[in-house]
Amino acid sequence: MFNFILKRTFVIFPTLLAVSFIAFFVIQLQPGSFLDSYLEDPRFSQETVIRIQEQLGLDKPLIVQYGLWVWGIVTRGDFGQSFTANRPVAGLIGERMFWTVEIAALALIFSWLIAIPIGILTAVRRNGVVDGFASFLGYAGLAIPDFLLGLLLIALILSLNGKNVGGLFSNEFIDAPWSFAKLLDHLAHLWLPIIVIGVNHVASLQRQMRANMLDVLSQDYVRTARSKGLQERIVIYRHAVRNAINPLISIAGLSFAELTSGSLIAATVLGLPTIGPFLYDSIKAKDQYVVITLLLLSSFVLMIGNLLADVLLAIVDPRIRYE
Amino acid sequence: MTSTIVVKPEKSVNPLLLAWRRFRRNKLGIVGGVILIVLYLIAIFAGFLSPYEITIQHEQFPFQPPQKVHFVHEGQLRLPFVYPNSFKRDPVTFAKKYVEDTTSPEPIRLFVQGENYNLFGIINTNLHLFGVQNGFFFPLGTDKFGRDLLSRMLVGSQVSLTVGIIGILISFSIGILMGGISGYYGGWIDTAIQRLIEILLSFPRLPILLALAYVIPAKWPSSLVYLGIVAVLSFIGWASLARVVRGQVLAARDQDYVQAARALGASDLRIILRHIVPNLTSYLIVTGTLALPGYILGESGLSFLGLGVKEPMTSWGLLLADANDLSNLSQYPWLLTPGLMIFLSVLAFNFAGDAMRDAADTTSKN
Repeated sequence: MFNFILKRTFVIFPTLLAVSFIAFFVIQLQPGSFLDSYLEDPRFSQETVIRIQEQLGLDKPLIVQYGLWVWGIVTRGDFGQSFTANRPVAGLIGERMFWTVEIAALALIFSWLIAIPIGILTAVRRNGVVDGFASFLGYAGLAIPDFLLGLLLIALILSLNGKNVGGLFSNEFIDAPWSFAKLLDHLAHLWLPIIVIGVNHVASLQRQMRANMLDVLSQDYVRTARSKGLQERIVIYRHAVRNAINPLISIAGLSFAELTSGSLIAATVLGLPTIGPFLYDSIKAKDQYVVITLLLLSSFVLMIGNLLADVLLAIVDPRIRYE
Repeated sequence: MTSTIVVKPEKSVNPLLLAWRRFRRNKLGIVGGVILIVLYLIAIFAGFLSPYEITIQHEQFPFQPPQKVHFVHEGQLRLPFVYPNSFKRDPVTFAKKYVEDTTSPEPIRLFVQGENYNLFGIINTNLHLFGVQNGFFFPLGTDKFGRDLLSRMLVGSQVSLTVGIIGILISFSIGILMGGISGYYGGWIDTAIQRLIEILLSFPRLPILLALAYVIPAKWPSSLVYLGIVAVLSFIGWASLARVVRGQVLAARDQDYVQAARALGASDLRIILRHIVPNLTSYLIVTGTLALPGYILGESGLSFLGLGVKEPMTSWGLLLADANDLSNLSQYPWLLTPGLMIFLSVLAFNFAGDAMRDAADTTSKN
């Protein structure tokens, strides 16, 4: 087990290097450059622009720029400077990290709390009214893009004269120190993004859980448990659910990455201060070090999530062994 | 002496027919299939079904709400008609609003002459399914330039519904070829392709999609941008398929029929494409149907952010981008209707895809 973790951790680094390399050159393929806005601006002379170019290191050959950036990370833990904010990238991402993790974690908890019971219920009462209704909701949840759901809910709230749409705080609280009133205001803003970001996930988890339960319920050991005369409740929760839930752990590893970076468009619609909209703005501004660092971070989260899920699966399910 | 034994050939049942029988029993699958047929017919006949040309701006009617269809004029029942709208300002608040002129009903006519368009891209005609003779009829309202939303939504389906199909064709071709080569040859080619797939799969999907979509130059004409978007979406899509194909090819490589084909002198590519891959047909069809919604959602997301198809082309996602503004959203909620098309098409593909997966699954009795 320990060897397995070590091996997998070891593979992460070369993969990250490849990811960052590809990401860097994808950005270079994009038309235009960060300096274009300066070149068009009559307040900046040609010489100033050249000086800015030298300051940012954009005059060096691409491979040197990339090499220096990697070297900075390895030696100093420095992920480069943001051109637009003129500050280190790591700090900028750090500011958004808290809200990103908060929303993703709450959306994850929300979706498991809703989806697992629905999945169990619909499998146990298979082909009943509840099953039909919940299955349709599951299909609907998969069919509605998260940004559309966001727009719909915002339109609904606005038509009911509601406030608290967009962002995570009302304007008067954004820079205020933490207080009880601020916390309440935050919670009033928080439920909308959690629902919008969580719904797709609820739908897919619920379908998966139902399928797993149906699979498990037809197994011999469930029949044995029933024929022993065990109460149905115990058969379901102690025998079936425990086994049906295991495959979902693998999904959970992917879902954290999905909830942070996959919800990018919805986060833009909802005006969230998370890393998704930040990535979108940085791509538009050609702020290259921010973009590669964010891509690197997202794929790191993806790989770590996968590793954690595999480890957790082995802990929960003793039948699984890694060599 | 002659005695003839007549052997009646046993009626063989085509596996495709069996799958179709199983599919037919699934009501949701049938519903999904019917919706899809209707949607694609709409896309094909979009020019005929839509009352106006999508780029024509009716400047007098910006943000006109959906026009009501009436049946009763001055207490008399009539065939469906509309009242002409006119644009007024509220005398007190100066807010813009539309007022119906209830004195002159305008019947909705079928098969009217309107603007010219090319049906199927070749037949030039001006026949539209419905419309009014005087004034205008905007069944779903208009956008900020007074362009008819229904027409834009119908024509937009041509982009939204084809992105998936072309995208699947491209990504499946790459996936089958790469997976086939990887599994068939093994060795260092296999290792190299597997590493490539691993790296591609360790990119988070949406962020790399955005970064790639931004590579497409804004100067390009909209038809090239459309192809670029399809290419970007397929570039992300082929990796997981290649893995499955590789596994199948690896398993089939040493089977007798492959050995036989090799002994007959078939080329490697022919063995992969004509002997091994056909075994995967049902898997590929099901996976393709279930992957299509991803392309529709991907295209609509990119277009919504302004990184996808661009004017004068239109797509459902691009139309929704108009609604991405709090004041537009609260004042002109009808701008959200193209979302219904995204919802319906993804729903239908999932219905049909799930039913096809169950139908193709010969092992389970459920």
